[in-house]
Amino acid sequence: MNSQRIHAVDITARSIKANSRLSLKDQQLRNNMRSAMDSLISKRIISMPDEGERENLRELGNKVRASALSQLPDLLELLEANLIKQGIQVHWASTTEEANAIVLEIAKARNATQVIKGKSMVSEEMAMNEHLTEHGIEALESDMGEYIIQLDNEKPTHIIMPAIHKNAEQVGRLFEHRLALPYTDDVDSLIQSARGILREKFFHADIGISGVNFAVAETGTLLLVENEGNGRMSTTVPPVHIAVTGIEKVVANLQDTVPLLSLLTRSALGQGITTYVNMISAPRQPGELDGPEEVHLVLLDNGRSQAFADSELRQTLNCIRCGACMNHCPVYTRIGGQAYGTVYPGPIGKIISPHLLGLENTPDHPSASSLCGACGEVCPVKIPIPALLRRLREENVKSPSQQPQIMDGQGSRYSAKERLLWKGWQYFNSVPLLYKTGTFMATRFGGLTPKNLGPWTQHHSAPKPAARSLHELAKAHLEKKS
Amino acid sequence: MSDQFYNAAPQETRMAPPRKHARAYPASKPNNVYLFGTCVVDLFFPEAGMDTIHLLEREGINVHFPQGQSCCGQPAYTSGYTDQAREVARSQLKLFANNWPVVVTSGSCAGMFREHYADLFKDEPEMLTQINNLAARTYELAEFLLHVCKVQLADQGEQTQVALHTSCSARREMNTHVHARALLSQLTQVERVEHDHESECCGFGGTFSIRMPDISGAMVADKTQSLLASGAQQVVSADCGCLMNINGAFEKQNIPLLGQHLASFLWQRTQAKQEPRA
Amino acid sequence: MSAREKILASLRSSLIGTTPITDPFDATLVDQPWRYSAAERVTRLKELMTAVHGEVHLTRGNQWPQLLSDLLAQRKINKLLIAPTTAHGQTFSAYCQVHHNPLQLLAYDRPIEEWKRELFDDVPASFTGTLAGIAATGTLVVQPSPAEPRLMSLVPPLHIALLHASQIYDNLYQAQQDWPKPMPSNLLLISGPSKTADIEQVLAYGAHGPKDLIVLIVEDA
Repeated sequence: MNSQRIHAVDITARSIKANSRLSLKDQQLRNNMRSAMDSLISKRIISMPDEGERENLRELGNKVRASALSQLPDLLELLEANLIKQGIQVHWASTTEEANAIVLEIAKARNATQVIKGKSMVSEEMAMNEHLTEHGIEALESDMGEYIIQLDNEKPTHIIMPAIHKNAEQVGRLFEHRLALPYTDDVDSLIQSARGILREKFFHADIGISGVNFAVAETGTLLLVENEGNGRMSTTVPPVHIAVTGIEKVVANLQDTVPLLSLLTRSALGQGITTYVNMISAPRQPGELDGPEEVHLVLLDNGRSQAFADSELRQTLNCIRCGACMNHCPVYTRIGGQAYGTVYPGPIGKIISPHLLGLENTPDHPSASSLCGACGEVCPVKIPIPALLRRLREENVKSPSQQPQIMDGQGSRYSAKERLLWKGWQYFNSVPLLYKTGTFMATRFGGLTPKNLGPWTQHHSAPKPAARSLHELAKAHLEKKS
Repeated sequence: MSDQFYNAAPQETRMAPPRKHARAYPASKPNNVYLFGTCVVDLFFPEAGMDTIHLLEREGINVHFPQGQSCCGQPAYTSGYTDQAREVARSQLKLFANNWPVVVTSGSCAGMFREHYADLFKDEPEMLTQINNLAARTYELAEFLLHVCKVQLADQGEQTQVALHTSCSARREMNTHVHARALLSQLTQVERVEHDHESECCGFGGTFSIRMPDISGAMVADKTQSLLASGAQQVVSADCGCLMNINGAFEKQNIPLLGQHLASFLWQRTQAKQEPRA
Repeated sequence: MSAREKILASLRSSLIGTTPITDPFDATLVDQPWRYSAAERVTRLKELMTAVHGEVHLTRGNQWPQLLSDLLAQRKINKLLIAPTTAHGQTFSAYCQVHHNPLQLLAYDRPIEEWKRELFDDVPASFTGTLAGIAATGTLVVQPSPAEPRLMSLVPPLHIALLHASQIYDNLYQAQQDWPKPMPSNLLLISGPSKTADIEQVLAYGAHGPKDLIVLIVEDA
């Protein structure tokens, strides 16, 4: 394995700055990411060629999500009532510790030793695999991308395509090394090898874990999308299915899933629809011959209610986890997903992680963006990502004790010195005499600008102020005219 | 957007504002405009400001340059120092008392006036009228020349190829790339060449280039390489923040390409001879 | 306070003084752009399925049993999992009997626990009906039932589905109008054989679900 690769990034290393310094030097990562993101960008627009249809649908998606959030507690109660009526057990967890305890309790009650996982980012939030393993239960990923990175002891680099940073040769070497298979870089062969291994795991697993793409309150239905079939396997073969999801994933009606599905599959992978859409409304019913005997839903908060409490930040919860934002992000494309050190990378990762983990654990997240706006332009549910990043920066530099307290970790980047600097900037720019004097000094003594200006001159020559400011030149010109 | 803020309950769940329709421009050229030069132009590209004045005066417009102007407030705003940004914005709002158009030599600063001042003053609803009034008459230079002046540019220069870089906020908030391209296409001896990943950010992002210099540096390295590889003899941008970033990187890498502000490029191309600079 | 109480209380307090957004959903946008004539429906479904490596055959009510038999013979498949209590299951069983077809017909007629190994290892193909089709996305709507359990369309490497052309809807919105209420324990949309692009975005078929999907579209009423 390439010794320069970042392997299991320590999830506590939350300095994007430091992590990115390493990953920026990884030319293979840069090349893989660039080509993968370009391809996903192109696929999306090919599947959404009509600007009118696309923009109208995004507006509708935004409205449907806002509608659900505006009634969230009522919808959660309705969802719960309908699920229970149909035989699905519902659990609530404020924290990931509580959620893990719930899953463990279910596992212990079934004497489970093997858990097979369909794809679930919420289970990553919970660090579920680590928790189960600590308690002697094997937790194996079945999504091809997740399986690959689990084999390599890494964290996912993208929420839809977890192994997108790897190329076929790397996967071939990995399978050769870890699975004692003859080396090949033929993708079909690699997939067939994994298929065979994982089929046995589906067969023997005591519990299947999944996420939820949309939870429909009206019908008490858990809707899951996938292309591979591992989701259906994980939620149908084992005798117990546990679905874990965030509290924001509810929609009111079945028909709400129509625009959201179209937006999700086209924004994520440029597909009109995924191979499978799996709608689960009950465990195995009397007379049915397969399907799990027990189905559980775990609803996780983990900081979402903090985002919910603020009207502007609540929009963060519109997210349908498509990944389009990171596909279009120039920062993400260059540093890769693992450099964020958090479960969710890219633009969505930057606006949600401070709520899940506290700003004190994600102090770089709001600033790791040039606010170019490519993300906001493509978000299928019109989350105003740049505005939210800006808002989080504001929370980050507030005094930690300033009221009202909106977020845990408020003021993580508070600096009295920096505040003073900006106060100075304010006076400079709002008092014309100060501005005139300052620019006069800059233009007359600009030649004295040091060649080394810290971070700027790493990649730029030192900027040199002009000999005369526009104020002076304009004044002279306009006076001459009149 | 302002309606939603001021009439809704504070905790109301927000929906995205309705899509903007194409901007309606005044039917005829005004006699007077204000010029907002922007702080970067003021100190680092004053020739762009002067060339803007020349272009506007050639159209028969009187240009007024309020000496009290400084900065639109964007650097503080995007850094989260909202209070400081607000006070600077407040001082700028006073300068444009007459109902004249305000022409801005940067799409991102024009966008600040048009899109973000309302958010800055969301807790001062009494400011809203003034802000809306200013927003309605704020124009980025390229759109003003194209749609209000309806310029007909006569190219006096030699054959050349140019690459156009557009600032992200100018592109997304003001559609500047469309206006700039239209202006360039009026120049018969100028061929605009595309550069690879043309719509991608150059990495400036204001304070981003200082806070995250490695990531920003990687972005500007890619942008400068892409501009170089386009084969263009000249690089043009309607935004001096990006120019400062790109030119600084060109110089550091000893690449003999330097970007010019669109105003300077247009003024020079449409001069019969090389005039001495005003 | 339980987690449930805590979460609901927090959400409710955040919504004090607000009005829920409940105006009805404007369906035009997800309906109008995706309407087709009857002929177009079949063509479009076939095109989209084929584009993702599905195999589609147009046939008639009295021809599909022969077609099915031929397709299996071509692939040298000698075992087929069917649902003998369904109409299409009975039709095919009868056909095989009459034509002395050597094909071994298996029935999924006991709980999975009793024959899981055989289903996983020794069932090369299955044959199911469908509830409907969707033209806009090239999709089958499959409703598992006691007669045709969930794993029938998932575990065997070849899944063959019978679809009546008259049951093809224009789009998902239209199809949803006729779904059972309440929702069945499981309802599936299947739009091709299983696939993944997780390695370098190179498409590979037969990830975990069936590697092959054959759709027989019956065109008469």
